[in-house]
Amino acid sequence: MSDGIGARVKRKEDKRFITGKGKYTDDIRMENQAYAAFVRSPHAHAKVTGIDASAAEAMDGVIAVLNGAQLTGDGIGNIITGWAITSKDGSPMNIGAWSALATEKVRYVGDAVAVVIAETQAQARLAAEAVDVDYEELAPSVSTAKTLQDNQPLVHDEIANNLCFDWEIGDEAKTDAALSGAAHITEIELTNNRLSPNAMEPRAAIAVFDSAEDHYTLYTTSQNPHVARLVLSAFYNVAPEHKLRVIAPDVGGGFGSKIYIYPEEITCLWASMKTGRSVKWTADRSEAFMTDAHGRDHVTKARMGFDDTGKIVGFKVDTIANIGAYASLFATATPTYLYGTLLSGQYDIPAIYGNVKAVYTNTVPVDAYRGAGRPEATYLIERIVEKAAREMGRDVADLRRTNFIRAFPYQTQVLLAYDSGDFDTVLDMAQKAADVAGFPARKAEAASRGKLRGLGYSCFIEACGLAPSAAAGSLGAGVGLWESAEVRVNPVGTIEILTGTHSHGQGHETTFCQLASDRFGIPVENVSIVHGDTDKVQFGMGTYGSRSGPVGMSAVMKALDKVEAKVKKIVAHSLEASEDDIVIEGGEAKVAGTDKKMAWHEIGLAAYMAHNLPEGMEPGLKETSFFDPVNFSFPSGTFICEVEVDPETGVTQIVQFVAADDFGTIINPMIVEGQVHGGVTQGIGQALLEGVVYDDEGQLLTGSYMDYTMPRADDVPSYVIGHGCTPSPNNPLGLKGCGEAGAIGAPPAVINAIVDAIGTENIEMPATPQRVWAAIQATQMPVAAE
Amino acid sequence: MYAANYHKPSSLADAVAALASNEDAKVLAGGQTLLPTMKQHLAAPSDLVDIRGIDGMVGVSVDGDMLTIGAATTHAEVASSADVKAHIPALASLAEGIGDPAVRHMGTLGGSIANNDPAADYPSAVLGLGATVVTSKREIAADDFFDGMFATVLDEDEIITAVRFPKPAKAAYAKFPNPASRYAMAGVFVAQTGGGVRAAVTGAGSDGVFRHTGIEAALSSDFSPDAVDGVSVDAGDMLSDIHGDAAYRANLVKVMAKRAVAAAG
Amino acid sequence: MTNVSMTVNGKAVSRDIPDTTLLSDFLREELRLTGTHVGCDTSQCGACVVHVDGKAVKACTALAVSLEGAAVTTIEGIANGGLHPMQTAFNDHHGLQCGFCTPGMIMAGIDIVNRYKAQGRSLSEEAIRDELEGNICRCTGYHNIVKAIEDAAAKM
Repeated sequence: MSDGIGARVKRKEDKRFITGKGKYTDDIRMENQAYAAFVRSPHAHAKVTGIDASAAEAMDGVIAVLNGAQLTGDGIGNIITGWAITSKDGSPMNIGAWSALATEKVRYVGDAVAVVIAETQAQARLAAEAVDVDYEELAPSVSTAKTLQDNQPLVHDEIANNLCFDWEIGDEAKTDAALSGAAHITEIELTNNRLSPNAMEPRAAIAVFDSAEDHYTLYTTSQNPHVARLVLSAFYNVAPEHKLRVIAPDVGGGFGSKIYIYPEEITCLWASMKTGRSVKWTADRSEAFMTDAHGRDHVTKARMGFDDTGKIVGFKVDTIANIGAYASLFATATPTYLYGTLLSGQYDIPAIYGNVKAVYTNTVPVDAYRGAGRPEATYLIERIVEKAAREMGRDVADLRRTNFIRAFPYQTQVLLAYDSGDFDTVLDMAQKAADVAGFPARKAEAASRGKLRGLGYSCFIEACGLAPSAAAGSLGAGVGLWESAEVRVNPVGTIEILTGTHSHGQGHETTFCQLASDRFGIPVENVSIVHGDTDKVQFGMGTYGSRSGPVGMSAVMKALDKVEAKVKKIVAHSLEASEDDIVIEGGEAKVAGTDKKMAWHEIGLAAYMAHNLPEGMEPGLKETSFFDPVNFSFPSGTFICEVEVDPETGVTQIVQFVAADDFGTIINPMIVEGQVHGGVTQGIGQALLEGVVYDDEGQLLTGSYMDYTMPRADDVPSYVIGHGCTPSPNNPLGLKGCGEAGAIGAPPAVINAIVDAIGTENIEMPATPQRVWAAIQATQMPVAAE
Repeated sequence: MYAANYHKPSSLADAVAALASNEDAKVLAGGQTLLPTMKQHLAAPSDLVDIRGIDGMVGVSVDGDMLTIGAATTHAEVASSADVKAHIPALASLAEGIGDPAVRHMGTLGGSIANNDPAADYPSAVLGLGATVVTSKREIAADDFFDGMFATVLDEDEIITAVRFPKPAKAAYAKFPNPASRYAMAGVFVAQTGGGVRAAVTGAGSDGVFRHTGIEAALSSDFSPDAVDGVSVDAGDMLSDIHGDAAYRANLVKVMAKRAVAAAG
Repeated sequence: MTNVSMTVNGKAVSRDIPDTTLLSDFLREELRLTGTHVGCDTSQCGACVVHVDGKAVKACTALAVSLEGAAVTTIEGIANGGLHPMQTAFNDHHGLQCGFCTPGMIMAGIDIVNRYKAQGRSLSEEAIRDELEGNICRCTGYHNIVKAIEDAAAKM
């Protein structure tokens, strides 16, 4: 079947997007719509001593100016974090109160203190400027590395040393012992730079309160509308779940930043009730830079020990993770269970210990961003292994091979048990595609033009589809991590698949349909997806962590199993045959070895007419499933990046990028490759271009595209992609997930290539032309220039 | 953005009158810098005087060795002009590298130099070629026109109508773009002109576009890339920001100067 | 308020609008042509690219009142019922994921091909990447956008 699993089916959803008919939140206009504009702190840290809204209230079009005291007075709850982390001394994490509208204190530039509701967006924004807030400025704590120090200002007065938690994983004594006996120790200190997610569609919300029904509808730019409804209802007390409908229409990219339930959505819902108006808010890009949760922001010191054959004997890691001013939804899970658990990489490491201190600073919250924890782990491991190979005079690929895990399942020293993989084959594939053998000649040719060529590897593994729910719960997760699906076969045989995942670019409207097409042999056009609306779909956890395939599609497969079983019963009964003899293919159900068959639409009709069903069978053809995986899935891969550095300017050009991966089974290679292209580009962005900068006063210096460098078309090459395949044994399709791999694997490949090119020990991300040039100057001038 | 009144006069006199009668009025040419600035509430003119409806403000003409470009001529028009390509190809190529294609379709020569953004490209060509700025009031030599960052000697009610560029013997522009904004972080325009070698630097200087006398002196005796090697570029005169410190910009000025000389042939 | 009249996607339109109304707001809010998107406030992302008198322009950086008498084409107006070759190429080559930057990419892509054809220049991958400087995509890594424009160029 050409539309089935493995087919490069063109996307069904494209037509509306390429014709300008997509429907994003800001494209929606409600009757009686008013606009919200937020009054935001210009200070990183200050006491709020008064809010005078009188001038603003008198301005044209202003309906209301509302503040945090009113919000909390109406019982709106504080914003929560979804994963409880226990410190190594057994104490619970320290959480600072986070109100959607700040009351006594503001803690980052952009922290909202009030909201103006007005007839037009322009009126609301003008009036927001006219709200007079009295601030008593406080010194801020901005630096990730320094915020734990005794003399630093406290972001939350009650939280000593700005420490959220001090967590550990692995066995410290065993690791120390292993390191003390090592033949060689490699040490590294590095930062994982802070990033702004920058989905191209800025966040937006429209809240509609129906006073007659005491019912709320929220249109919002969400990756997970059901989770939004659950949290808005259970924790923020907006309305009980059956009185709150959350709709995520077309969503223009997320990358993690649209998982969270932000102050703006909460405030719009509440303001809609207060004003009796539909309330719309759309961020502009400047607001997005200030208020969307950022990603990464680690400072790490690590030591890796080797025996005299190059086998790793121990790995010890000490990380400070900046979570910003408040603990956002996944902020505590990201630097712990999505980071520490990946510290074994692709390597058989007998002793690992990781310590992570999560810290508050006067900056916008930091949370999961494409990859979330796994890029940080991968960057650390692949940089330190690279450095070790150079120190020991070993070939960088050979040292990796020396340490590859080859037997599965493999129990790491950091909780996870890898289920499958074939790291040698994928590395071979990548080396061949990258023509590693021809590199010396290319390097020499580049040198003849005055350019420095370098080759960099990254062998990564990640964990997708967090699971199972019970295990996650035992580690502190606040939600289950299963997914649900409903498969509805209509009387005419067309199929609707309801899923709790939600596409914001991933192509679910095509790939999920391919599952049904593959199963029953019907055209993909006859299958459609329903998602993104809590009134339509039973429940779901949404789309993040590369989970829609391994978890969401698995739920669909289980529901398809049930449909198939019922279909076989109906057909067997109708054709007076044995269920075991029924074969479904090509849009028909046949009795094997006979010419008896029923067309697909006849089966649907039979189920709904119910004139001749097996005794006791309920009419209809609709099945539901909830899938809770037994383990994570473990995509892996090898990326090889080749760069050419201009020593005069420090400009790094990526001349070749090979991405060889193992995603297990692939449903639609076209879409998977697109995910890799995008992910790798974000990884290259992190390595070369992107970095959020706050100054010492906590002012955001990278507040627009004038200063925050987004990857553009001429910054990146066309990519070379290869797929290995060891199917995951833990879900029915053997899927591993592909959404984040590129962003996880790419940064160390790029940095290792630069290090190879210019011969320096380390270079921090982003490796901007200025940094690379300065590093080259330093290598050429061993004696200080002064 | 804040409210403003829009005017589109059809004559230069009406445009000057509109500027003179509204204290906070500003000229709107291509709007590619002014409108983003207004959107961010960083500028709040009371009135916008659109000069694109005035006869004679758009176009390229040649008179002997003098190339005249109307102030409201877009970057795209300059880049694709056969006359510009024939007489001063370096100018066409500079215009081809300003902003992106959509910006080049709207942005204008006059708008660029009147704003004198320290990272804009055109000021380096005007200064590097020793051009003459023609306004509603007078003619101003390039050496007198620019007056530090975002500043020129233009009066409040003075409108640039054209720029006259003398044809150089050789010229080229080399730019190192800011990775984020793609404005110049260091752009060097070098030219062999009737008045000697000129080298104008944009993007790097802490006081806007300027001529680098050291580079000019070196190139006067030997117009070759190697001649720049011995020149000292003082980091103390350079901008410093998150994209590049002063030492790096000083280096870029030299490298771009060498590349411009090489490109000039 | 000023009255402005122009042609949008072949239809004459006329509205009284505040003088500072941006073309992007005019299209989205007055005409409800919401295919033109706004992804930044510094005129860099290109999600709002439309054609004014046949040339690519950032609709977020043009005043509607300044376009009296102009002919504006948006993503909704490039094909009559069917699909423009550039639209088809974006679908064929998976040149879009979330779709938000896509209208601007398609409008920029058409403009690039038109200009190169008018000037008799050939369009290489390098040239396409260079020409896309003013259009930011966060999903695709540009790989398939470049392929789509290359393919459409051969068919336009």
